[in-house]
Amino acid sequence: MITGHLLSAADLSKDEALNLLSTAKELAAITDGPNKKLPTLRGKTVVNLFFEDSTRTRISFETAAKRLSADVINFSAKGSSVSKGESLKDTAQTLQAMGADAVVIRHGSSGAAKRLADTQWIQAAIINAGDGTHEHPTQALLDAFTIKQHLRNDKSDLTGIRVLIVGDILHSRVARSNVLLLTKLGAQVVLVAPPTLLPVGVGDWPVEISYDLDSQIEKCDVVMMLRIQLERMADSFFPTEREYSRRYGLNSARLAKLSKSAIVMHPGPMNRGLEISADSADDLKSVIIDQVKNGVAVRMAVLYELLGGAQIGDSK
Amino acid sequence: MIKINNAKLVDNSLVDIEIDNGVITKLGKAAGGKAKDGIDASGKMLLPGLVDLHTHLREPGREDAETVLTGSVAAVAGGYTSISAMANTNPVADTAGVVEQIYRLGKSAGLCDVNPIGAVTKGLNGEQLAELGAMADSIAGVRIFSDDGKCVADPLIMRRALEYVKTFNGVIAQHAQEPRLTINAQMNEGSVSARIGLPGWPAIAEEAIIARDILLAEHVQSRLHICHVTTAGGVELIRWAKQRGIQVTAEVTPHHLLLTDELVENYDPIYKVNPPLRTEKDVWALREGLAEGVIDIVATDHAPHPAEDKDCEWQAAAFGMVGLETALSVVIKTMIESKLMGWKELVDRMSIKPAQIAGYKTQGQSIALSSVANLILVDPIATWQVERSKLHSKSRNTPFHGMELPGLISDVIYNGAQSMIASKVVKVASGSNE
Ligand SMILES: [Zn+2]
Repeated sequence: MITGHLLSAADLSKDEALNLLSTAKELAAITDGPNKKLPTLRGKTVVNLFFEDSTRTRISFETAAKRLSADVINFSAKGSSVSKGESLKDTAQTLQAMGADAVVIRHGSSGAAKRLADTQWIQAAIINAGDGTHEHPTQALLDAFTIKQHLRNDKSDLTGIRVLIVGDILHSRVARSNVLLLTKLGAQVVLVAPPTLLPVGVGDWPVEISYDLDSQIEKCDVVMMLRIQLERMADSFFPTEREYSRRYGLNSARLAKLSKSAIVMHPGPMNRGLEISADSADDLKSVIIDQVKNGVAVRMAVLYELLGGAQIGDSK
Repeated sequence: MIKINNAKLVDNSLVDIEIDNGVITKLGKAAGGKAKDGIDASGKMLLPGLVDLHTHLREPGREDAETVLTGSVAAVAGGYTSISAMANTNPVADTAGVVEQIYRLGKSAGLCDVNPIGAVTKGLNGEQLAELGAMADSIAGVRIFSDDGKCVADPLIMRRALEYVKTFNGVIAQHAQEPRLTINAQMNEGSVSARIGLPGWPAIAEEAIIARDILLAEHVQSRLHICHVTTAGGVELIRWAKQRGIQVTAEVTPHHLLLTDELVENYDPIYKVNPPLRTEKDVWALREGLAEGVIDIVATDHAPHPAEDKDCEWQAAAFGMVGLETALSVVIKTMIESKLMGWKELVDRMSIKPAQIAGYKTQGQSIALSSVANLILVDPIATWQVERSKLHSKSRNTPFHGMELPGLISDVIYNGAQSMIASKVVKVASGSNE
């Protein structure tokens, strides 16, 4: 059982993470049935506080909260930047006054969720739904869930699984959270990117580094393609879209080299034809749709544990 | 007249002194015993008043953060008898009019010398030289020029500035930060920034400018001062330059002598400063550089900000820390307690050398007959706990809040008059005699 906040994948011990994943599995089984809703969080208020647009993540959290019968307030603060007088602190204090029990925050500043948790601005449980270029812990949980679903049985961790994370590691909160969580669960993680898109200091991370996707593609169990943002090209992180796609994109030739059981993942939204070709995204090896579905289950589990819902089934 | 009895000098001798008409009129071996009148300085060190070459006073423009008066009070509280107001005010101190305004505000505060620093370029735009000669000739007599807050990035402008100030023995104080390598930079680039996902400010961005500017200073035979060195590589470059006889001086801030980028881990903007906190390795290189004299002086980079500019998320927060009131204690802790240097060197780095670099004639003098009486008394053993709400600065952004630090200042004498008595700052008329 996790308590307090979920700010970083590093907050979770291996046992907590595995328990959370099994809670997610039970919740998914229940809500897959005829009655999609559980009464667990009735009377609790969950606020989705989004300073950046992310319809997918917001809807996922919203669905999760509603399936647990929580009241959901969507607070889109996009555009109301500090310069326009709307500070994170003011917003937090407003939500405190509204009686939020949990705040799901997406913010462009690394550490914004941590600041909400550490200051006295608000007392609610804080769930980091993506902070700048730092972390996105529920994405890592849903990725771990999806990998387990396809490649491991219930009880085991991810020992022996080799995961390639390919693309803009430097700016990716998905990559940071996944490195922390997947390695904790026993997976071997390989970061594949041009050196411009790897952070200085990445040498301290418990991962392998490669600049060459082709040298890695045959020997992995999971290939996770990260979204590449086009403005990175203007900042000279890579020369052209075409060159990036050729060297680091997942195309049918590379897809064909994957081992038989390997799966293809992407946190979305995808740039089809850039980091992932359309046929790769739609291939049988692609579990991208499962990731979306599992996102709801995992977020239900997080809300359930943090907001101290009543026991369900035989979960611990 | 002020009498001070039984004070210890940096050579460990005990002395009694008398001050009259703003100067030291009597100096002799301590008589010992209990003196009938005067300040009993038993157990305290008598030092020349501290001199800061890097102080942000925020007036004109941001009087909500600091004024010349509140900054002066903070200076006295920290044992300073002379501070140097950085040019990045609003309006920028880039004309004789603005520097004279600041100079006059300092005079009317009357608590310490307030020496305006002039901008190198108009509006700190880095493109066109400000009227350096007019500022030098003004009543403020400006000799230090700096675009601090910004780097004079254009090598040609930097070259011209270095050359131009030679006519009045000026010095260019460079904020060494290659702008293209630090776009949107938030903290030291390294292991911590990689982990916590903040855009990095690489050491090389400082070192590249230091390297360029020492070569420029050599080429045009002019004086260069490097503000707030933060990197081991920077120290190395300055050591090299000094060995070649290049006229370069450098400063380090107290916070860079004590704090590292590990503190940024929790995203508390109290640790957000430019240049950023670096690594343990850099901290040790800076301490060794200061002890050795490769880094000539300590400068505070006192940078007050109102509460709302720090009570926010990291990226929205302002860069900077207040430092006047804690500087001496932090230097005692990092340099003297660690046995890297003694009191004689501390006085050199915090008073004598800065006064020499800036040409402040009445400051940083040795304690001798006829010297202008800018003096402080410090209990070197006593400790105090930093409490941000008790700072004299208008702003509260100290990274040392809650720390127990050594060195308690009890008295400050400015131009022969007491500006601090029994650890309380008092109002004096500038240059007055008792
Ligand atoms: Zn500066």
